[in-house]
Parts: sequence; C-alpha cells; structure tokens
Amino acid sequence: MNIGYYPGCALHGSSNDYEQSLRACLRALDVQLREVKDWICCGATAAHALNHKLSLALPARNLALAERDGHKQLFAPCPLCSMQLLKVQKAIAGNGLRAELSQIIEADLRGDGQILNLIQVFQTIGLDKLKAAVKEPLKSVTAACYYGCLLTRPPDVVHFDDFEQPQSMEAVLTVLGAKTVEWNYKTECCGAGMTMSSEETVLDLAYKILSNAAAHGANCVVVACPMCHVNLDLKQAAVEERHNKKLGMVIYYLTDLVGLAMGLSAEQLGIDRHFVTKAQS
Amino acid sequence: MNVHGDPAAQPNAEFYPIESLAHTQLDNCYQCGKCTAGCPVAARMDLAPNQLIRTLQLGQTPKALRSQAIWECVSCQTCSTRCPKEVDCAGVMDALREISLAEGMVAPSQQPIVAFQQAFLENVRRNGRLAELELIAQFKTAVFFRTGRPAFLFQDAGLAPQMGKRKKLRFLPGKASDRKVVERIFAKCSNPSEKRAGK
Repeated sequence: MNIGYYPGCALHGSSNDYEQSLRACLRALDVQLREVKDWICCGATAAHALNHKLSLALPARNLALAERDGHKQLFAPCPLCSMQLLKVQKAIAGNGLRAELSQIIEADLRGDGQILNLIQVFQTIGLDKLKAAVKEPLKSVTAACYYGCLLTRPPDVVHFDDFEQPQSMEAVLTVLGAKTVEWNYKTECCGAGMTMSSEETVLDLAYKILSNAAAHGANCVVVACPMCHVNLDLKQAAVEERHNKKLGMVIYYLTDLVGLAMGLSAEQLGIDRHFVTKAQS
Repeated sequence: MNVHGDPAAQPNAEFYPIESLAHTQLDNCYQCGKCTAGCPVAARMDLAPNQLIRTLQLGQTPKALRSQAIWECVSCQTCSTRCPKEVDCAGVMDALREISLAEGMVAPSQQPIVAFQQAFLENVRRNGRLAELELIAQFKTAVFFRTGRPAFLFQDAGLAPQMGKRKKLRFLPGKASDRKVVERIFAKCSNPSEKRAGK
C-alpha cells in the first residue's frame, strides 16, 4: 500500500521519535510512505490565532502539492496538521474560497483527496491484517487511550469517531492483545502548543490527565499526537515537581505499541528516546 | 429581538468583524454556560467563555479584545463542539486574537503567549518550515525585551542537554526548497490593519 505523507514540522524536529516509530511500524506492515515534496509548515496554532487567512493558505499549499504529486490519500500524523488540511477542504467546498486560495498559494486546488490521521491509517490497513501481524501480544499492557483535542474535534471538520467517547484507538489495542481502561480524560486538552509560552497551563492539565489515567489502573498512556507526547512525556518530570507527586507514567505513541506487538524492538521504534521509559509493574 | 444592551453598539460589527471572521452568529447564544463548563482553562480566565460571548452581545467588544482570556484559550474546540446553538466560540477566540493584535490591544500579561506565536509565524515565513532552536532563541529574546524578566531566558534550559542526548534537537533543520513562495503567501495574507500599524 502507498500513501501520501505529510510529516509536519514536529516530526522533523523534537518529535522525531514519533517519525522513527511510525516509519518502522508501517514498513513492517508493507505501507510505503510517499512524502509530499516541498511541503511547508501548516502554521499551526500561531496562524489560526493570529491570521485566519494564513491559517487556510498554508495548509492549502500542502494540499495542492499533495494533489500535484498524485496522492489520493494523505496521511498527516499530527492531528493539528490533519485538522487544518480538512478545514481547508471544508472551506473550499462550502465558502467558495477555492479561487482566492488558489491565487494566494499559486497552485490549483481540488480538495478531493482523503486526509488520514494515524488511527485511520490502521483502519485502512485493516484491523484483521493487523491482528495477523501480531507476534507478541501485549499481555502486560493496560493502556489509557488518550485522544486529546483534534483527533475528534471539531466534529463537523474531522468527522472522526465519537467526539465524547471515542473507541477507535481501543479497537486497535484490543487487536494487539492489550487491555484498555475506561477513564475520564481521554478527550481533554493537554495544553497543546502552550508548552513554552504558558508552562503552568500545560503542567496543570497534564497532571490531571496523567493522574486520572493512573487512578483508573492504566500502566501507560497511548497518544497519536506529537504535542500530546511532549506535554505528557517530556514535561512529566516538571509536572511531578510542580504537583509534588511521582507519576512515572510511560507514554507511548500508538505506533510504538503496534510495533512492539509485531516483534519490533524498543530501539527500532525509538521508545528508548522517550523521557519516561521505566515501565510500572 | 435586540439583545444588545446598547443599540448604538451595533456599528461595532463594522469595526470589529468578529462574526464574519468566525463565521458564527453571536446572538444565537442563550447563556447556558456549557462552553465554560467544559473549558479546561476557564479558571485561568478573567472572562469565562460564556461571559466573553455575552460581552460581545452587549457591544463591549474592546473589553473582550483587551481580556487575558482570549490568550489563555488553548483552542481545544470543546466549547464549539458542545454548544447547543452552534456558536463557534473557539472561532470567536481566534477572531478576537487576530483583531486584538492588529489593533494593539493585547493584555500586557499575555505578552509571552503572543510573542511565541509571532516568533513562530516569523520563523515559518523565513524558513518555510519550523526551525525549533531558532524559534526558542527568538521567543526568549522577545519575551525578555517585552517583560524584562531575565529568568525567562533560562526557563527549561536544563532540558536542552537531555533533548540532545535523545537526539531530539536538530541544529540544521530541513527547509522548504521554495521559500519565496512562502514569503509571497505571507505577504498576500498580511492583515491590513497590521500594515496600518506599520508592523
């Protein structure tokens, strides 16, 4: 299977462990990623907060480049990138912005391709095929599946899963032989891009998420977003210090667990590069 | 029905095109409070989400534009998702931020957040893709000059070696090959009032 791939800035920067993980995992599942040539940043939170038109134009350029490269399906592993691409498709279908955006981005724009988040990639591969690839069922994993904000919101843009009680990640983990917990914070925000500019916000929100996962018996939290991983893993020591509580919660990308179940090593998946690596018993 | 406390406040719509920027109808809000109930950062805000919408309904737009709340918002989309009247509160937050910045009405306490976002966009404008280390340097310098807080320069400095050890820092990040296009896209999207303000 071939799919178009828009990595986004985080995966080529400090979240390069996520890219290592998904590349190793998808290679093992015979998925070839075709990276969009000359892709640019989608503008992220900064663009939609400060300049509405720019927040559509930047992802529109990427959409046009993916169309030019002939990608019918485009995988964006960062939920913000993915949502912004879908927002452009919605805007050109509904608001008639196609001509204006095409002029701004200096490229034709159809907006007919399919945008996939990470979970949808596994759904496209097929959970049956995934199950057949499992060599080492994850019997010791009891996971809290954490969706965060933009995998399911806004629902009229992303049209993915149930926005209050999503279950699609649990379905993947069940196939891997892992257990999952019911908990309260699976769609609550981790503070996203406030990591540097409003650290307190992130440390307080991350604390609620991590302690709720622990209180419901999870021994790890699973994410499908680079920013969620930064705030829950890289910032976890700071969360512990601010709230004076040891958490020691391991944070996996969904691809980490799929990879481990297929027999890949922690080193192949980049799990050894996470900040919290000591698994709870 | 006119829910505006001050009928003369209506011309605000021309000066502050919030509804057209956010594609939403502010008068639809009947103050159920569901947005605020689900907001993860409402406790940090000077005006909670439902209060912000009410402030706008009453025509007190400058008060909303000067609020801390619009910058505390983490854009999680919960308010918009749960609104029973389809008011896109998160979209309103974006519109308020855009206008607040363009009109020079940003709450002083929120300068670090604004500085981060401005540094982010400037970085993308020049590189096409985000160069993280450069962003951090620019952001810290900007906050230092705006707030005069030297401590801010060193916050998180201890993380750098740990990130380096984990190969999470890239000193020479990949750049987009056609950066001129990116600069032209930015130029075509530049906010007219920002031009007025000479930014």
